[in-house]
Amino acid sequence: MAENMQHLEMLGITKRFPGVLSNNNINIQLGTGEVLAILGENGAGKTTLMNILYGLYQPDAGEILLKGKSVKINSPREAIALGVGMVHQHFMLVPNLTVTENVILGLSRKILVDLKTAAIRIKEISDSYGLAINPDAYIWQLSVGEQQRVEIIKALYRGANLLILDEPTAVLTPQESKELILLLKNMAAQGNSIIVISHKLNEVMAVSDRVTVLRDGEVCADVKTRETSSEALARLMVGREMTRHKREGKSSPGKPVLELQEVFAKGDKGTEALSGITLEIREGEILGIAGVSGNGQKELAEVISGLRKVTKGKLCLNGKESTNHPPIDLIKMGLGYIPEDRMHVGTIPSFSIWENFILKDHHKSPFAKGTFLQNRWIRSHSSSLVEKYGIKTPNLETPTGRLSGGNIQKIVLAREINRNPKTLVAAYPTRGLDIGATDYIHSKLLEARSNGIGVMLISEDLEELINICDRIAVLYDGRIMKVMPVEEADESTLGLLMAGLSEAAS
Amino acid sequence: MEGINSEIIIVILATGIRLAAPFLLAALGEMFTQRSGVYNLGVEGIMMMGAFVGFFITLIGGSPLLGIAASLVVGALMGLLMAVVSVTFKAEQGISGIGLYMLGWGLSGLLFRLYVGAITTIDGLKPVAIPLLSDIPFLGPILFNQNGLVYSAFLLVPISAFILYKTTWGLNVRAVGTMPEAADTLGVSVQGIRYQCLIVGSMLAGLAGAFLTVGHANMYADNITAGRGFISIALVYFGRWSPWGIMLGALLFSMADSFQSMVQVLGINFPYELAVVLPYVITIFALAISFGRVWGPAALGKPFQRGTRG
Repeated sequence: MAENMQHLEMLGITKRFPGVLSNNNINIQLGTGEVLAILGENGAGKTTLMNILYGLYQPDAGEILLKGKSVKINSPREAIALGVGMVHQHFMLVPNLTVTENVILGLSRKILVDLKTAAIRIKEISDSYGLAINPDAYIWQLSVGEQQRVEIIKALYRGANLLILDEPTAVLTPQESKELILLLKNMAAQGNSIIVISHKLNEVMAVSDRVTVLRDGEVCADVKTRETSSEALARLMVGREMTRHKREGKSSPGKPVLELQEVFAKGDKGTEALSGITLEIREGEILGIAGVSGNGQKELAEVISGLRKVTKGKLCLNGKESTNHPPIDLIKMGLGYIPEDRMHVGTIPSFSIWENFILKDHHKSPFAKGTFLQNRWIRSHSSSLVEKYGIKTPNLETPTGRLSGGNIQKIVLAREINRNPKTLVAAYPTRGLDIGATDYIHSKLLEARSNGIGVMLISEDLEELINICDRIAVLYDGRIMKVMPVEEADESTLGLLMAGLSEAAS
Repeated sequence: MEGINSEIIIVILATGIRLAAPFLLAALGEMFTQRSGVYNLGVEGIMMMGAFVGFFITLIGGSPLLGIAASLVVGALMGLLMAVVSVTFKAEQGISGIGLYMLGWGLSGLLFRLYVGAITTIDGLKPVAIPLLSDIPFLGPILFNQNGLVYSAFLLVPISAFILYKTTWGLNVRAVGTMPEAADTLGVSVQGIRYQCLIVGSMLAGLAGAFLTVGHANMYADNITAGRGFISIALVYFGRWSPWGIMLGALLFSMADSFQSMVQVLGINFPYELAVVLPYVITIFALAISFGRVWGPAALGKPFQRGTRG
């Protein structure tokens, strides 16, 4: 076998969706045993391209060659039969089934399921790559990193030798990401070919042998990883020079605007989600909450915004007790809230843009006189916000749900910041946004900080936290592991704390 | 409550066991349907059709077995209809289920008036005493002197559990009802499984209806199901989508049902107005305490469309 034998070639792939040319004449190659990164912003066409390879979409034009042979892939099932496996960004695992049941789902052709034989093979695969997965565990018992490894086992069990991973580190802790990168390299060394889709430059630099950069549905570069740098890749990906907004100077925090004292709360399943949280945010500072999601972040944000009951402890806004006050009171007391789910909690997707802008103020002057809405005011207010925040929309009547994630987030941000809150709680405000939109959100949060607003930023992105926060608190299992000035925080310390290891970090 | 002796207790319990059969059949069917992610609120209507067709075919064909077979067929057809509407055309499941209920109600009443017209009795299923077991004092007459459908209904409990947890099909059903996207990417046909579950579930509902006419009352009357289909749906929740839990719930309700009918028939000294509402009060109460902590099939009620999110 030739050393550089091409495992996969996609030639001249073109895919149109109504109104969008998602992939335009794209060519990619992947050598056997190679790790290829496909880098691009949201909407650059990465996922469409991979869905074509995995048989979920049919290309309008172009050809796919696997090991030199032209193939047509009509469904995921055919992709699997050709040895193509995919690890989706949102795991395709059934939480109340065991690892073994998930792995053999769709494979068994017999009437009775043979879990024993399957479990033995899973153990073999798990051992040969050092995956450390117990076949009898239920998915809901596993950590996110373990679930991802189950996805990889699922593909390998089906005989995949070409693995596609869609944004694989998006949900992992830094340590887990490092382990994954080692695992992928090990798998490639054993002859598997791997494609990693990503918009994270660091991970692309760390894991890949080669990078294909997509922009606006076209390949704009194809480079060897060791011959490039993250800066060069960022330029290629965005198509212009990037200036990243960072925190400037020391903050001069004023009086406390939000205080939590020994706050306890229950999660959706009735188990304790917050176990004695004590925090303080002061005027003009950004406090970051680091942690792997699912450790109480959602509950923390909901408790502060009045959406979840505090079972024990005390909350104060601007020095006044606000424990278990209804949301309307908290809004009046000057709390702004950017919820985690911008699509369904932050906005009402079927409502127009102007309606979403006035969700919190529609009953007040100048937007209403008595029971009647003042359309002229609302419109001029809305169009000024659209302009000020650079929201891309056909018009003010467009249902918010039709906009892109970045534009929806800008609407939420515009609404919340423009109400001049004293405290702003932002839960994962940049999750899933591309570099441009992320940077914009950062600049607005920093602007809020310099206007004296106390900001709580809940995030999983350590780079983001380190760049814009003044202090960082690490949340693990409903407890604050540590609160530290950002100067003392680095990725590895935070990573260990996020994994619940307080001793190791001291 | 004077005058309750062991004979009356045996009658109440034996009737309770017998009356558990329609709940069990319908609720186990609905369990499979819901496990695959579809609500079928039309159970009551399917039961009505099953009750009428079972009765009618027994009346003209002369054999309860023919009637039972016919009720299975009519159940399957109504399940197919529900599947076309709610799975293929993705109609709101609650509404299409109510539509199916109205259809079954209207159609069974209409057919009865057209082809029978007056209360007529039929030769239904006879109790089959199981040798030896039925001679056990007290328990024998309660448990082992029932008709074939009662035995089948109770046998269906372990069989359903086995199918759900030990077979490939059961695995597919559980996956499709919880995370259809995952099943779809692995080549399990989400629509296929949902069709199968709706048809099987509706056949059992049809059978439950036939039990009421062929295996219990030996006659047909308008609205003979008396809400049992809806109670069966509640039982699925009460039993947390598990066959054994459903059996527990079915027995609870059927015993209450049996008690209330005996109160009237035997003139037991207990306010009968209270006894009559007892099963329904228990339904509401049981649901109120079991709801909220339920961990049901996550995709229940959501039509599946490939690639809708993300």
